[in-house]
Amino acid sequence: MSNGNARWRSTAEQIFPRLAAIGVLLLAWWATAASGLFSPNELPSPGAVLDAFAESFVTPDPPRESILQATQASLVRLVVGLSVGIVIGTLIGLAMAASPTVQRSIGSLMAGLQALPSISWLPLAILWFGLSERAILFVVIIATIPAMAIASASSIRLVPPLLVRAGRTLGARSWILQRRVVLPAAVPGYVAGLQSAWALAWRALMAGELISTGGKGLGHLLDANRQVFLVSRIFAVMLMIIIVGMAVEALFGVLDRRVRSKRGLLAAT
Amino acid sequence: MRAQRSLVAVPDAVPPGTPKLAARGVSKTFRNARGGVVSALGEVDLSIADGEFVCLIGPSGCGKTTLLNLFAGLDRPDTGEILMDGQPVTRPSPQRAVLFQDPALFPWLSVRANVEFALELIGVPKSERADRAMGWLRRVHLGRFANAQPHELSGGMRSRAALARALACQPQVLLADEPFAALDAQTREILQGELQEVWSETRNTFVFVTHNVREAVFLADRVVLMSAPPGTFVAEHRITAPRPREFEDVLLSKVVVDIHDHLLKEVEKVVEREREMA
Repeated sequence: MSNGNARWRSTAEQIFPRLAAIGVLLLAWWATAASGLFSPNELPSPGAVLDAFAESFVTPDPPRESILQATQASLVRLVVGLSVGIVIGTLIGLAMAASPTVQRSIGSLMAGLQALPSISWLPLAILWFGLSERAILFVVIIATIPAMAIASASSIRLVPPLLVRAGRTLGARSWILQRRVVLPAAVPGYVAGLQSAWALAWRALMAGELISTGGKGLGHLLDANRQVFLVSRIFAVMLMIIIVGMAVEALFGVLDRRVRSKRGLLAAT
Repeated sequence: MRAQRSLVAVPDAVPPGTPKLAARGVSKTFRNARGGVVSALGEVDLSIADGEFVCLIGPSGCGKTTLLNLFAGLDRPDTGEILMDGQPVTRPSPQRAVLFQDPALFPWLSVRANVEFALELIGVPKSERADRAMGWLRRVHLGRFANAQPHELSGGMRSRAALARALACQPQVLLADEPFAALDAQTREILQGELQEVWSETRNTFVFVTHNVREAVFLADRVVLMSAPPGTFVAEHRITAPRPREFEDVLLSKVVVDIHDHLLKEVEKVVEREREMA
């Protein structure tokens, strides 16, 4: 009974601040919209945006696609681009961890690449691949690679030396030591790397879709609605981008908590 | 046929009188953060007989952990050599299991999987691993916690799990580096008793590093006292009291006092030197 009570209280403590923050934001938005300072064509009310959001599922936005089709197109690009970027980035990171020479050479290159916002590759990508699917995917992949390379290399570098020594005294050597001791010990750091990589990929994808006009996707939809001044629809698409982003974030959050709770790395709350 | 084979002399048979474990003129220096050379271990010679329980004791920084790592094969000596059965030790081996100060269990594996991993590495077939792991875990009173993750155990239980994992290697030599140092006094005493019990069955050669004189005298056949750094050996005490030993044993208490006085002098030297440097 008291246990259930405590759980209910902690759930309430978790949820209340979030609801409160959203509530205050909505209230401020609604008040600003209702004040008449902006025309509804510039700043629609929360209600109007919600209507537009619901509508965009059934009535296609101007470029012939519903918001669901756009979401699907963007998610496919995210999955493909992120996967390719993760594989390449991880391989580079492993090489960096394995060899100090690679770490110094390619490692510094990766650090430099990370300092360059990935969207600045888009002009080049369009020249190389044309206004195509491949140009956008390129930008997403190039956003993911340095983050994954640096994260996987450092997660291996930060493996507690004691665990490696323990593995060696048990008789683990070379490949077995790497595969059975070093890599599993590096997993929490690697998952943290995945979390930041996906967020970078998502930003790069939205920017890429927004700029390379035509085609499908949530980014395109934003721009298409701007061209026909459908402000409430722009807000609706932004709402969708937030929802998808939070859902994917939650997915990686579950993975992260699983990995860390198994290893006793979760702070007791 | 089988009986006959066992009578034939093994080619790499160890000549009688060869110590199980030996350090010959071994020394080791390290570089500190500013690039200066710190002598961790002066030149030492030590022979340990098969089945002997030796405790290394000394003030901090005397190189007892360094010597243990050299025995394990985790580090290489600057001069001299480490021998096991007369053969040079060049790298770690499950024949010389190590208990570290921290239990060093793999946090992604359950307690049982930690032991099974050790069994796998010494080539135990998969079908036998679970049973044998459970056997070792029951031996250290952890049978009920076999499927727990290491972080779910208390400090004492983690130390037991590390002991089970080390014993599962069926090592000829066990090397322990203050394995109970982080435990509270009561848990520590219980584990010392359990260790004595398990060891009286397995009788591995044992090198046990500690700075706790009572622990050393309780466990060891021989207590080797090391000097203030750079560490060398300054005294040796043979403990002939029969086993199982009790902490309350009056004879043991007398030896404890002797060694304690001696150790205190070495610790004072260290403190003196530190004051001079300050």
